[in-house]
Amino acid sequence: MSFFSVENLTKKFGGLVANNNISMDVEKGEIRGVIGPNGAGKTTFFNLVSGFYRPTSGKVTFKGQTISGMATNKIARLGAVRTFQRPALFSDFTVLENVSIAQHLNTNASLLNAIIGHDNHREADSLERAIEIVDFLGMAEDRDTMANNLSHGLQRQLGVAMALATEPELLMLDEPVAGMNSGEKAVMVNMIQKIRDKWGVTVLLVEHDMRTVMNLCEKITVLDFGEKLAEGSPDDIRSNRAVIEAYLGADDSVT
Amino acid sequence: MSKSSFSTHLLVSSLVVIAFFVMAPNLVSAYRLELLTIFLINVILAQSYRLMATTGDWTLCHYILMGVGAYATGILAKMAGLPFYLVMPMACVVTMIVSLLFAIPLSRTLGFAFFIASFALGEFVRHVWLKFHYPFGGARGINGIPKLEIGQGGEWYFIDFWDSRNFYYFTLVFTILTLVILFRIDRSRLGDTWKSIYTDRELSESIGIDVTKSRIMVFCVSGFFAGLAGSLLAYQIGSIDPHNFGMVEMVYLIIWCVVGGVKTFWGPLIGVLSMSIIFELTRPLAEWRPALFGLILILFLVLLPGGLETLPARIRELLHRTGTQRGTG
Repeated sequence: MSFFSVENLTKKFGGLVANNNISMDVEKGEIRGVIGPNGAGKTTFFNLVSGFYRPTSGKVTFKGQTISGMATNKIARLGAVRTFQRPALFSDFTVLENVSIAQHLNTNASLLNAIIGHDNHREADSLERAIEIVDFLGMAEDRDTMANNLSHGLQRQLGVAMALATEPELLMLDEPVAGMNSGEKAVMVNMIQKIRDKWGVTVLLVEHDMRTVMNLCEKITVLDFGEKLAEGSPDDIRSNRAVIEAYLGADDSVT
Repeated sequence: MSKSSFSTHLLVSSLVVIAFFVMAPNLVSAYRLELLTIFLINVILAQSYRLMATTGDWTLCHYILMGVGAYATGILAKMAGLPFYLVMPMACVVTMIVSLLFAIPLSRTLGFAFFIASFALGEFVRHVWLKFHYPFGGARGINGIPKLEIGQGGEWYFIDFWDSRNFYYFTLVFTILTLVILFRIDRSRLGDTWKSIYTDRELSESIGIDVTKSRIMVFCVSGFFAGLAGSLLAYQIGSIDPHNFGMVEMVYLIIWCVVGGVKTFWGPLIGVLSMSIIFELTRPLAEWRPALFGLILILFLVLLPGGLETLPARIRELLHRTGTQRGTG
């Protein structure tokens, strides 16, 4: 039984088959990339594995449990947390508060505790881990910055930091470097590697940016027209004829 | 301004406010004291409504929930003849249960659909009151709700709440209790979790917050305090009917919260205070009052959408802008 596996996953919107019979297995501690040209079904795939869509057929299992069709918050409770393509953050709160709110799963926040004043997260001990995460991800200087005043790159980093604060075993990243400049991309790539190396978090990312995926991922799954086209190491994928054709167009269509 | 000097200011000004409210029965006329009691009840109501708004759910049935508390009080105190210390907690719990029954279907809707669906549910309850003479008394409602009393006449601890001063203090105690509890919730982790739902529902869901459950919970807590406000109102005025809990009252509640703002804890307090003062000042213009308040609502929505609580920041921003213009010019 794989750590995370997708079995014959299919999603149809009316007559349109967005994902067709996709299967893949991700091992614990792996950094896996899912790529594909525009319209390949990456976003649909991500929405299926993160619980946003319910598959038409097939299933997704995580640690032996079927998570497809489960509410996102339940999947997060099991330890598989997603991030967003857009900068998703709680804009009225500081960086540290954002991370602190994301720790919510590991606290005993109840109404009674709120009223008698026992769940105040501004207390030192519960802040400690939030500070650790923020500092570890190189955002120590911005701890007390309001989240909406951060640059785009930092906002996306904060998104990952928040996902990390839930103490996940699997991190699902939706286009983690979308809209970033090359410097920001490098920081993000470095950050994802650090997260895996230090905490042993398994990473599954869907990404458009070929170079980032080649640098970061140990294994890559390529989608095209909603189907799995190829799978292998970055070198395998780079030299795979079908992949090159999918990205550049087949020879006969060029001539 | 440093943080510590700000909290000192806050402490001093809240002590002044508390001192005023404690001394009030000696300072104002009996009529004004009744108004002040109603004001305190309205503070509980507005503050409980603000709790709902922290998750982004604005309802149109909060006045109905207050009515549920009031009707429960009327029925339990008059027909069952129970003493207040049983009636009030029971009224709050009944309101909370009704809130739960409202919240379960409502939590499946969002935004405008939620707003309208809450109106429909509220009207349903109001029509139940109108329709059923037993036990709700139909259109005439419930009259002659016994005043609450502590002890019997002649006993040393006897407190007669026919005396409006005593009832005023009774209400004051509950208002302060409500404010303390809701303030603590606002500053707690749970409070932040609820606010996060308003800021970004999808993100909250992704970090493991059960948004549906949280929204139901907020609805119930909010309903509990609306029930408390209703219970106090029933004891205060002694008779209730469905017209006490109509759309007009609901609109006033929304106006308080829009005028004051709901982002900070103090917004609704400022809203209730300023609008109550305007309400009293415009007593001679009674017929024009709905138009006036409508105008105020529109003006605030257009010119100061964050409410009065955002006014200091707006002024600072404006001063800063003119300052820099002068600097560059």
